[in-house]
Amino acid sequence: MNERPLRVVIAKAGLDGHDRGAKVIARALRDAGMEVIYTGLFQAPEQIVQTAVQEDADGIGLSILSGAHMTLFPLVVEQLRAQEAGDIVFFGGGTIPPEDAKRLKDLGVREIFTPGAPLQTIVDFVTRECGKRRTPEPAA
Amino acid sequence: MSKMIDRPSGLGAQPTPAFEEQRRRWEAASAKGRSRKDPGSGAVDRTISDVPLKVIYAPQDVADIDLAEDLAWPGEFPYTRGIHPNGYRDRLWTMRQFAGFGTAAQTNERYHFLLEHGQHGLSVAFDMPTLMGYDSDAPQARGEVGKCGVAIDSLADMEVLFDGIDMGDITTSMTINGPACIALAQYIAAAEKKGIPRAQLGGTLQADILKEYIAQKEWIFPPRPHMRIIVDMIEFCTREMPKWNTISISGYHIREAGSTAAQELAFTLADGFAYVEACVAAGMEVDSFAGRLSFFFNSHIDFFEEIAKFRAARRIYARHMREKYGAKDPRSWQLRFHTQTAGCSATAQQPENNIVRVAFEAMAAVLGGTQSLHTNSMDEVMALPTEKSVEIALRTQQVLAYETNVTNVVDPLGGSYYVEALTQEMELQAESYFAQIAEYGGVIEAIEAGFFQREIAEASYRYQRSIETRDRVIVGVNAFVKEDEPANIDLLKITEETERGQAASVQDLRSKRDGAAVQRGLERLQVACRDPKDNLMPHLIDCVNAYATLGEIVEAMASVYGRYTERAVL
Repeated sequence: MNERPLRVVIAKAGLDGHDRGAKVIARALRDAGMEVIYTGLFQAPEQIVQTAVQEDADGIGLSILSGAHMTLFPLVVEQLRAQEAGDIVFFGGGTIPPEDAKRLKDLGVREIFTPGAPLQTIVDFVTRECGKRRTPEPAA
Repeated sequence: MSKMIDRPSGLGAQPTPAFEEQRRRWEAASAKGRSRKDPGSGAVDRTISDVPLKVIYAPQDVADIDLAEDLAWPGEFPYTRGIHPNGYRDRLWTMRQFAGFGTAAQTNERYHFLLEHGQHGLSVAFDMPTLMGYDSDAPQARGEVGKCGVAIDSLADMEVLFDGIDMGDITTSMTINGPACIALAQYIAAAEKKGIPRAQLGGTLQADILKEYIAQKEWIFPPRPHMRIIVDMIEFCTREMPKWNTISISGYHIREAGSTAAQELAFTLADGFAYVEACVAAGMEVDSFAGRLSFFFNSHIDFFEEIAKFRAARRIYARHMREKYGAKDPRSWQLRFHTQTAGCSATAQQPENNIVRVAFEAMAAVLGGTQSLHTNSMDEVMALPTEKSVEIALRTQQVLAYETNVTNVVDPLGGSYYVEALTQEMELQAESYFAQIAEYGGVIEAIEAGFFQREIAEASYRYQRSIETRDRVIVGVNAFVKEDEPANIDLLKITEETERGQAASVQDLRSKRDGAAVQRGLERLQVACRDPKDNLMPHLIDCVNAYATLGEIVEAMASVYGRYTERAVL
């Protein structure tokens, strides 16, 4: 079971067409040996979580550069709860001011990467956090 | 042996024996050099776009560049050295800062601020719902209203946007593509309500839909019907709006999506030629409309490569317009362009460094001969710019224009062995891309095959990798990093109230207007959409004047044309 490579959904939500970052991250994760599903543009939060659940993904990375992050990230968090998929590692990136990033992390987004974040940092983060999902802590 | 110079009028002079002797000594000394090993040294032998570079450029590198054919004089075909005989001596570039956020009233206030501080023209940034053809109360608009620009749902908002501004006196640039024809109709209607006839309106509409499918991804309708909309707009403006630049063919977004300089150049010009071909196919005379096509380029951080790109753009365009499309009016040969500094070169780390980047990029644009310029603000990588940071960006242009003296001599880098060789290289790469696009059957076919999208994704990944390996340095990002950097710059916030207020106001408008008139207008528009001989613009102006909303008009058109969906290419 643990032999299967990590699987990550890279998503674009809302009306934001800036897909450079999402595509670069998708390729970097793929080059690091993961299976990557890129959703394409203009996905609703419901669809993104559905895709992740159906594909049994370990993580969701959401990219937003339109300023709608304080609306769309919480909607995905809500959907993860509604679809009982809270164990999927949810992270994101984009043009997100530091104080918004902090609020999003308080809401349950695992990490927010801003422009200039090294690819290796993101790959390491996904490897580590999604890896933990595969090998849950032994029950006490 | 030095290369034989086969043209007596070539740029490179015939070397003398003394010069050749020096060259041999230099080559020997150069061969003994030891390369640097510090971060950033991995890419010293190529531009940011991976164009290979020599250590030095010399006469032999430009020997086959013909002075008359390839360079000429400013204001002379092929305009490599600029389109104006006196460059910036007669007229500086237009300082045009792109602005728009929140509601029309908030943006109107910013416009008054910019005009009072010496800005020459306005440039409207619309929010995402407007750009995608949704009203502010549409479910798709949630979280996006007023964020990336101003929300314009109907003529009522356009009237507020230009309140107290003399639309007959200023020029306005509008960055909108999918619903560009509707924004134009709103602009005309708003001016005519103030008693300013459309023939008096000056400005530019971006309206470049091809680059949306290629890079920016703010499309509504599929490419083929949308080309008809564009031809209608160009035809209408040619007939009724003599001062209006009908379309701004844009490489900016292609570059921001991660392309190289040569890709930006080639894909943008290819788009431009596709519009020319579409208008000619619709029966228009090339010289009747070509003089009012304009371009929009990115100015990235690789200083000389950008200058070469701008110079090559003029030369390629002039040659194609005269030789391939048979234009006879010199205005049709002249490529005029707006430039914006590269948003993608800005960093969230040490954001004040962006001021410096912008200054270099702005200088490249000016040395490349731009007609107008937007300088980015240092905080745009995180949010919409504050008034303070916008002011610094505008002051950067003013220092450039009035203090540095780079404007005093036309094309000051003309004749530089390096810049001329690079200009020629840009032209060769662009021509090679044109050949590849032609193999697909044209721009639309290449879009459908995912060609541009793949080329750009490849280039942007390659670039990102070079940052990762530290072959290239970005100050504050992969070198000279400051740990625990305090994030203490002020950011402009758009509140939730903006969205609620804007949604309420569009609902209020719908309840108060003459609904039957709106319905009649939309129905007539749909009939026109089905009839390629009927120009859409007058019908759009009627709909707008009846206060049909943007979302309603788009919906009516989409019911005929359908909506575009992309096959995502990684």
